[in-house]
Amino acid sequence: MMMDHRFQPLAYSDESAENQAVQRWRADFPILETNVHGKPLVYLDNAATTQKPLAVIEAENLYYRHDNANVHRGVHALSQRATDAFEAARLKVQRLINAASPNEIIFVRGTTEAINLVAQSYGRSRFKAGDEIILSRMEHHSNIVPWQILCEQTGASLRIIPINDAGELELEAYEQLLGPRTKLVAVAHVSNALGTINPVRAMINLAHVHGVPVLLDGAQAIAHLPVDVQALDCDFYAFSGHKLYGPTGIGVLYGKTALLDAMPPYQGGGDMIRSVSFDGTTYNTLPHKFEAGTPNIAGVIGLGAAIDYLTGIGFDALIEHELALLTYATQSVIDIPGLRIIGNALEKTGILSFVLDGVHPHDIGTILDRQGVAIRTGHHCTMPLMEHFGVSATARASFALYNTRAEADKLAAAIYQVKEVFGR
Amino acid sequence: MNDLRELYQETIFDHYRQPRNFGRLEGANRRAEGYNPLCGDKVTLYLQVEDGVIKDASFEGSGCAISTASASLMTENIKGKREADALHLLDKFHGLVTGTATADDLGKLAVLAGVREFPQRVKCATLAWHTMQAALANVEEPVTTE
Repeated sequence: MMMDHRFQPLAYSDESAENQAVQRWRADFPILETNVHGKPLVYLDNAATTQKPLAVIEAENLYYRHDNANVHRGVHALSQRATDAFEAARLKVQRLINAASPNEIIFVRGTTEAINLVAQSYGRSRFKAGDEIILSRMEHHSNIVPWQILCEQTGASLRIIPINDAGELELEAYEQLLGPRTKLVAVAHVSNALGTINPVRAMINLAHVHGVPVLLDGAQAIAHLPVDVQALDCDFYAFSGHKLYGPTGIGVLYGKTALLDAMPPYQGGGDMIRSVSFDGTTYNTLPHKFEAGTPNIAGVIGLGAAIDYLTGIGFDALIEHELALLTYATQSVIDIPGLRIIGNALEKTGILSFVLDGVHPHDIGTILDRQGVAIRTGHHCTMPLMEHFGVSATARASFALYNTRAEADKLAAAIYQVKEVFGR
Repeated sequence: MNDLRELYQETIFDHYRQPRNFGRLEGANRRAEGYNPLCGDKVTLYLQVEDGVIKDASFEGSGCAISTASASLMTENIKGKREADALHLLDKFHGLVTGTATADDLGKLAVLAGVREFPQRVKCATLAWHTMQAALANVEEPVTTE
């Protein structure tokens, strides 16, 4: 590997110095053995999707080998086994986020579908012209566009919470936005582009003073923070399985029972009905009312395995590791001339977004890739946020429980190589 | 490292840092916008076409080294060319960066041959060219690389 002479690792970071626990966790992820362009894979694109532990891969494999059947309607043995495994996973989700009831756990394709479900079922049935929905400047497009579609349908409008230069929400401005017209607040628990952890507990309290429900986009929080929906008192919580070391194509919408009960179905079909005749249809009870059609059974079972895996490690251990790693990686790159970190909130998860003078992030991404270092470059589906910082794109390294200080060193060394290629 | 050197040649940096024909073109009678949603690169291309000949060309926008250099080199190259010849050049250039054709008689454009080793970057290299095609066809919708 080209090691720039200017690059000095902050710590002696070989395997013997690494935290033993992290090395054990790494061994659970087969893909981390992969080489890319002849170099060991350094996977730092975890905010896009996380890698999967063997336990998740095996759970899907075993389901298809031994238990595959449709759920909720067979009298035969396999259908019963599939249904039991499917519903057991719902209980695991309930425990993970401390929902009051498993009936509050709706399986969907991902965070995006969860938000669309709330917009089209909750919002469309009750919002009207003059109503307002509060979002923030740092939202992912998936927590913007469903609301824009709803606004077109109902005549409601969006109000946007501004952010400061560190990438934190302006809470005083948020308070000013709340009022009698506000019908819903929808904000990210953690920003995907900046890593900012938003003060959602306080924001929910403020909204509730006005009788306004709050939806949290938990896509970037769920694998990095303990989430207790009852302690937060949020009304809806959305997340995806694949950012939680689980499969793609499976996600969760949590909603309070009273809200979900009052909402019309999102999609019609099998499993969501109690009885159907051409004179009319009665809908099934929660959670099935919102789960039309054959669900992603293997995905749900894989998600259950991912939750078991994560809770086996425990949030205390992984938070300690990820925060230490973020601090280490930040210190490793912060003195690189011309490098500017985008997102310096006091409360952050392991996301390091940056730009480099005179080098477009896309070029950074290509050069890092040739060193085996996988990061994301672009607008991260947050174009309004990029506009705030006056950039069209950033380079983003995002960490997970299996990343190491040695990998942070490789990131820093690869950034020096970018400068060398660009003669800067 | 060698393929990186092959990709990022001095000429590319030169055109990235001092793009030629950069800015709005007074007297342009064709204009088109291109957008690469993958990286957020945007280009606006201006052409002055008379009697089937591209008399002048310029571009505006922000992008990576590859897309900016490619736009700069393209505007240099198509000035004075007949529309049909410019479109023919697009085909040859596309072949060059996708590895299906050689750099024969492409002149300075040959510096972009290194892109063939980086399939994810073909869209960067061809953005301005597809935008030229749209400008010549008078397409009003922005061109995207998706």
